Amino acid sequence: MATALHHPARAGVLLPALAGAALLPALLIWLDEPFYLVLASRIMIYALAAISLNLLVGFGGMVSFGHAAYFGTGAYVVGIAATHGLQSAWLSWPLAMAMAAAAAALIGVISLRTRGVYFIMITLAFAQMMFYVFVSLKEYGGEDGLALGARSAVWPGLDLKSDTVFYYVTLVVVVAAIGLLWRVVNSRFGQTLQGVRENETRMEASGFPVMRIKLAAFVIAGAMAGLAGALAANQNDMASPGMLSWHQSGMLLIMVILGGVGRFLGPALGAVVLLGLEEVVSGYTLHWQFLVGAVLVAVVLFAPDGLATLGRRWRRG
Amino acid sequence: MAEALRLSGLVKRFGGLTATDGVSLEVAQGDIHALIGPNGAGKTTLIHQISGALAPDAGSVSLLGRDITGLSMHERVNAGLARSYQITQLFRRFSVIDNLALAASARLGSSFRFWRAARDDPRAREEARQLAGRVDLAHRLDADANALAHGEQRRLEIGLALATRPRVLLLDEPLAGLGPEESARMVDLIAALRERCTLLLVEHDMDAVFRLADCVSVLVSGRIVATGTPAAIREDPVVKQAYLGDEALPPPATPSAGVTHV
Repeated sequence: MATALHHPARAGVLLPALAGAALLPALLIWLDEPFYLVLASRIMIYALAAISLNLLVGFGGMVSFGHAAYFGTGAYVVGIAATHGLQSAWLSWPLAMAMAAAAAALIGVISLRTRGVYFIMITLAFAQMMFYVFVSLKEYGGEDGLALGARSAVWPGLDLKSDTVFYYVTLVVVVAAIGLLWRVVNSRFGQTLQGVRENETRMEASGFPVMRIKLAAFVIAGAMAGLAGALAANQNDMASPGMLSWHQSGMLLIMVILGGVGRFLGPALGAVVLLGLEEVVSGYTLHWQFLVGAVLVAVVLFAPDGLATLGRRWRRG
Repeated sequence: MAEALRLSGLVKRFGGLTATDGVSLEVAQGDIHALIGPNGAGKTTLIHQISGALAPDAGSVSLLGRDITGLSMHERVNAGLARSYQITQLFRRFSVIDNLALAASARLGSSFRFWRAARDDPRAREEARQLAGRVDLAHRLDADANALAHGEQRRLEIGLALATRPRVLLLDEPLAGLGPEESARMVDLIAALRERCTLLLVEHDMDAVFRLADCVSVLVSGRIVATGTPAAIREDPVVKQAYLGDEALPPPATPSAGVTHV
């Protein structure tokens, strides 16, 4: 039963990737390059945020330029909870998701009334407003950001301070969250969302509550970005206004476009390439973004459906 | 028995232009009721108000005796009112069967189910196959909507509207852009719909209108100027004058029998 609306998981890609991820810490210790474990965790966190953004851009046709707002909200919730003595990840991470979802619901209700360029601008505007809200919160660090006294408590005996523990906890959380999003994409809701992307008028004329469907997608994507933000706050040991800045939103969009809009795992590839490039090239020059720009232009010109489609192109010859 | 569709005093203004000027209309159940009128008469604006795409400034719409003026478009669809579009509204990058299955799935339970894979539910696909048969697209199930010929796209448009299982179906110029052969095919298809639902048909092709319609209403400058049987409408001098814009014709002394003038 071939259908363009179903996005199967390819065991040939997933199983080696998961096995590789599970063995990476051992490999890096053997190579004596443990620093790359921190980079790998960072890539996974951004992969989750970018995949959640792709639910909107790629599957819902909503080009949100304010996704960092939810990422940053998640980070701040963990930071603020910690300053008030709430350390448990089991409470503060779900709380981060809930607050990010609430922010997405509020922003969505208003911005989803607009289309096209206006939608892009209004999501950007809301994210910038939230950026300034956190800048003005002097009791929570203001411009300097809010330092986390200690990382979240996940389990007695598991200390997130350890890069290896943090890596594995991130791996479990990110894989579970991405798995959940994958179920959503292929559920009845996900198919409906893809219908909305293709033709909103026809969906409304078929009896679908289009506005509520888009809002639900917005809230789910916001919650997942909030979870990524909660992880990022732990990794950085702080929540900062920069996490809500438009640069951050732009970076997430670049990951989506690099990897492949509407390709479910594409943005993860985008995160690998973008953060990998940053890591490698910034060692040689301060102008690493120049190269990122060049890569983005090359991808848009030669693989407009994203890097995730390169394999297929290769096989077809 | 309540009328399938009743419009009472619908008014829609765009700035200084009154596009719909106090339209009242009753469509009897089981009828094919045609709405004709010159370009710019406000036919599509009226269809938009019936389907819920536009809110009227005054007046009401009722479907099978129920006032639906306050309902949104998708709520009206779920109440049994569907429409086709003058410019086809398809899922262009999806195959014919995906198009129809997606449209049919609206009735098959809530869209807010997030876990179970949609493709594990075969009902929408079964229904899509039946719909494809009904609109003569059974041989094109796997073709993308984009790749279909214009006539096939027009038929898919009808199929998408039928997927909602409407009690009343609004067809907005279903013959637009079709050649003679395809037109004849579409006329047969529309005639076959008579069994399933009440139809309000907006169409420019007079041959088709006079072949299909049980009742014809004429819309001129946002007003219904006449309603009657096709035969009566065809011979009616008021209609001839208004519709053709022929000012050389003398005004009629008495309206023809069987035509209600407003």
